Amino acid sequence: MIRRLLSPFFPTSQFPGAGKSCLSIFWAALALIAPAAVASADEPNRPIANMFDPLSTPARMIHESSLLVSLICLVIFLIVTGMLVYVVFKFPSKGAADDRKEPPQVYGSSQIELAWTVIPILITIVLILVTTRTIGEIQDRKIPNAALHVRVIGHQWWWELQYLTQNGVDKEGNPVWKTDFVTANELHIPVSDKNSVRPTELILESADVIHSYWVPQLNGKTDVVPNHTNHMWLDPWSTGTYFGNCAEYCGTQHANMLIRVMVQTPEDFAKWVANQKAPSVIPTDSVALQGQKDFFGNSCVNCHKVDGTVAVGTFGPNLTHFASRSWLGSGVALQNQADIRDWVRDPNHLKPGVLMPDMQLSEPQIDQITAYLMTLK
Amino acid sequence: MAHGSTTTVPEDDFVITPTRPGEEKGTWSAVIQDLLFTVDHKKLGLMYIGSGLIFFVIAGLMAAAIRLQLAIPNAHFISPDVYNRFFTMHGTAMVFLVGMPIIFGMANYLVPIMIGARDMAFPRLNAFGFWMFFFSGWFLYFSYFAGPGLYNAGSAPDIGWFAYSPLTSKAFSRGHSSDYWTLALLASGVGSVATALNIIVTTISLRCKGMTLGRMPLFVWTFLVVAFLVILAIPPLSACQIMLILDRYLGAKFFDTQAGGSAILWQHFFWIFGHPEVYILILPGFAAMNEIVPVFSRKPIFGYPIMVGANVMIAFISLGVWAHHMFTVGMTSLGNSFFAISTMLVAVPTGIKIFNWIGTMYGGKIRFELPMLFCIAFLFQFLIAGLTGIMLSVAPFDWQLSDSYFVVAHFHYVLIGGLLFTIFAAIYFWYPKAFGRMLSHKLGMWHFVLFTLGFHLTFLPQHVSGFLGMPRRIYTYEAGRGWEAWNMMSSIGVIFQAAGILFFVWNLIYSYKKGKIAGDDPWDAWTLEWATTSPPPDYNFEKTPEVRSRRPLWDLKHPEDPDWKYE
Repeated sequence: MIRRLLSPFFPTSQFPGAGKSCLSIFWAALALIAPAAVASADEPNRPIANMFDPLSTPARMIHESSLLVSLICLVIFLIVTGMLVYVVFKFPSKGAADDRKEPPQVYGSSQIELAWTVIPILITIVLILVTTRTIGEIQDRKIPNAALHVRVIGHQWWWELQYLTQNGVDKEGNPVWKTDFVTANELHIPVSDKNSVRPTELILESADVIHSYWVPQLNGKTDVVPNHTNHMWLDPWSTGTYFGNCAEYCGTQHANMLIRVMVQTPEDFAKWVANQKAPSVIPTDSVALQGQKDFFGNSCVNCHKVDGTVAVGTFGPNLTHFASRSWLGSGVALQNQADIRDWVRDPNHLKPGVLMPDMQLSEPQIDQITAYLMTLK
Repeated sequence: MAHGSTTTVPEDDFVITPTRPGEEKGTWSAVIQDLLFTVDHKKLGLMYIGSGLIFFVIAGLMAAAIRLQLAIPNAHFISPDVYNRFFTMHGTAMVFLVGMPIIFGMANYLVPIMIGARDMAFPRLNAFGFWMFFFSGWFLYFSYFAGPGLYNAGSAPDIGWFAYSPLTSKAFSRGHSSDYWTLALLASGVGSVATALNIIVTTISLRCKGMTLGRMPLFVWTFLVVAFLVILAIPPLSACQIMLILDRYLGAKFFDTQAGGSAILWQHFFWIFGHPEVYILILPGFAAMNEIVPVFSRKPIFGYPIMVGANVMIAFISLGVWAHHMFTVGMTSLGNSFFAISTMLVAVPTGIKIFNWIGTMYGGKIRFELPMLFCIAFLFQFLIAGLTGIMLSVAPFDWQLSDSYFVVAHFHYVLIGGLLFTIFAAIYFWYPKAFGRMLSHKLGMWHFVLFTLGFHLTFLPQHVSGFLGMPRRIYTYEAGRGWEAWNMMSSIGVIFQAAGILFFVWNLIYSYKKGKIAGDDPWDAWTLEWATTSPPPDYNFEKTPEVRSRRPLWDLKHPEDPDWKYE
C-alpha cells in the first residue's frame, strides 16, 4: 500500500531496460492487491498510468522538462515558505502592552522590490527556454510514412481504430491512406527497442463531440476534435497493456471511455494483424449459428459491421474479431460470457446511458447471440 | 482607539423604512419591502454576499455528493447523468453565483465608504445589477424543474461549466437544459457589466477631497482593475452564447462541426472570457489582503506603487493567455509556445505581490486575529496554487496534466485556498463594521482550523491522483488504477470542510445577536470606513471627509508622525 501511495515519486523505471527486476516485483505485488488487473499471462497490465514513469520517447521528453520545472517550483516553494514562516515567527505582537507602540513604518524599498522582480524574470526565462525547446522537439518531429499509421476516431463512448497503409500521394504530396482493417478500443502496436524504432502515428478524428486520447506512460494527451484532424506519436519501449482514459468531457459515459494500448513484440503484432485481416469466423456450433441468424435478423446489423456478412453498420464498433478483444464496452468490463450476455440483454446495465439500445431479445436469443459473438475470434 | 463606543445610528429624518432586520420594530413585510426597493449600496452589498453564501451552500452540497460518489471505485451512489449535472451546476454556480456576487458585494459595500462617498454613482443601476444576478441564479436552478421541457430529455444542464461545443448542439444536448445555462449566464452577464461600469464611474468621479488616485486604498485600486476586466471579459462570453442560441434555434452553423462549423471557435471565445474571469475572481482576494495584512502587521503596505503596477500588469497579461487552456487541442508549436510564454509572465507580477505582503509583515508586530490567520493561510496556499500554475503553463507538462485531477487540485487551491480564504478573512474583518458586532473568536477558530485541515486533506491528494492519470469529470473509476487511497482521503476531507462551514454559519447568526459590541474601529485600522459608525448610517459620513495621505486615520491618530510627510 505504501509503495502504491509513493509510486508517483519513485517511478519504477526511467530508461529503457533499466530497473527490470524491480519492475517485475512491483507488478507481482500489484497483481495481489488489484484483482481487476488481469489479462493475457505473458503481457503485464500497466494499470498505474503514472506520468512520472514514462515508457515512450515523447512521454520521456515531457517527463524530463516536467522534472526540471517541478524541481524549480519545489525550490521556490521552500524558499518562499521559509520566508513566510520566518516573518510569522519572528515578528508576532507581544501582547497588548507591546501594541501601544507601533513598529517602524516602512513604505517600501526600491532595491528590494527590484530584486524580487528581476530574479523571477530570470527564472521565467529559463522556463521559457525549456518549454519552447520541448514543444518543438515533440510537436515538430517528422514521422516517416513507413511508420505504422492508425486513424483513431472518437465516438460517444468508444474508440474506432482504422489501421492504414499508404496508397500514393495527393497533388500536394501528402500521403493518401487506405484502410486495411477496422477494430475498436484496444490499440495494438509494436514495441520499439534500441536497434529498431517502430513509431506509430495516430491520426485523431472525432465522429461527434470532442474527446481526448491520453495514455500517460506513452505520451501526453491530444484532443480528438470533430472537423479537425490531430496527430500524436508513440514508440513504446516495453511490451504490455497500457491504461488510459478519454480526457475531455464528452457526455454521459465519459468515465467509461477507457483506453487500452497493447504493445506487442513485432512477431506477436504481425500475428495479431494477420488475424484481424482474416475474414470473420463462420460458426459451426448450432447455438452460435442460430445466434448469427438472430444477429442478422435484428437491427444489430444497422450499427455493427461483421466483415463479409450482411452486417455493415458503422455507427457502433466493428465486431468482425470481437472475441479477440480483452475488454467489453470500451473497458467497462472484462470479456467473459456472463458480462457479454449481460451486455446483449441490456447494455445500459453495465454502462448506463450507452447509445446502444436494449434490443428486447428473448432469453434464448440472448444466449444464442452471446454464443455467436464469442465465436468471433 | 474607539474601543467601547456604542453603535448609535444617528437620527435621520429620511429613513422611512427600518434599516436593519432585527433592530427595528418593523414587520416582515416592511423588511422585505425595504430589501426589494433599496438602492443603498450597503444593503445591496450585503444582499449580494448573503445570496452568494446561500448559493455557496447549495453548490457545496453538490460537491459533497460528488466526493461521496468518488470515495470508492465503481460506486453507485448517484447515476452518471445526475453526477454530470452536479459537476456542471457546482462549477457554474461557484463561479457565477458565488464568486462573482460575493466580490461585487464586497465592492458595493466598501468602495464608496473607502473613497468617502455617500453611495455608488448609479444607485438604481446598482440595484438592477443585483436583481439580474439574483434572478438569473434561481433561473439556472429552476432548470431542475423545467429542464425536461417538450422532449422529456435533460434536466439541469450537464455540459460542464465550460459548455464545450458541439456537446451543446441540438444533436447532443436535447431538451432545454443547455438553454437554461446559456440564458441564465447571459442575463447575469448583463448585471455584471452594469455593476462593473458603476464601480469604474464611482471610483473615477466620487472620490472625496484629497483622495488622488495615488492615495486611493489598494482595495479600491484592485476593484477598479477588476471592473475593467469584467467589462472586457464578459462580452466575448455573451457573444458566443448568443451564437450558440442562434445555432440551436435559428439554424446557424458557428459551432456545428457536421456543417463545417468549428468546435475550437467556442473554446477561443469561452477562454477569452474564462481566463480573465479567473483573475476577476482572484484579484478581489488580493484586494482584501492589501487592506488586512497591513492592519494586523501594524505597518503600511510594502511598495504601494509597485502593487498598483502589479495589479495592472496581471490584468493586462491575463487578456493574452487564454489559449493555455487549449494546449491539447492541436495548436501549432508556435501557438503553444506563445501562450506558454505569456502565461509564465503572469508569475512575475504575482510573485511581486506575494513578496510585498511578506515584506509588509517583515518588521511589523503581527496580531494573529482571525482575519490575519486566514490571510497567512492564503499566502501559503496561493503560493502552492501559483507554483502548480507554473507547472501547468509549461505546455508539454500540460499535455500530461491538462484535464487531470492535478488541474482540479490547482484551481481549487486558487479559488478556495486563494479566493475563499480571503473572503473569510474579509468577512471576519468587516463584519463588525457592517453589523456593529464582533464575530466570535472561539467559533471562528473552530472554523479556521477545521476548514483549513479539510481543505488540504481534500485537495492535496488530488495532485497525486492527477499524476497517476486520473481524468476530471468522471463519475466513476475502475479499481486497481492506484487512485483509491487518494480519492478516499479527498472525500474524508469534505467532512472537515463541512464542519468548518457549519461553525462559520453559526458564527454569523450567533454573533449577529450576541457578538461583542464592536465600536467604530475595532482593529485600530487606517482607511475611511473605520471613521464612521458601525454599522454606517445611510449617508455613510455626516461630513464628507478630506484626506491627505493613503492612511487618513493614521494621520488622525498620529499627528506627530503623519503619513503625508512621506508621500
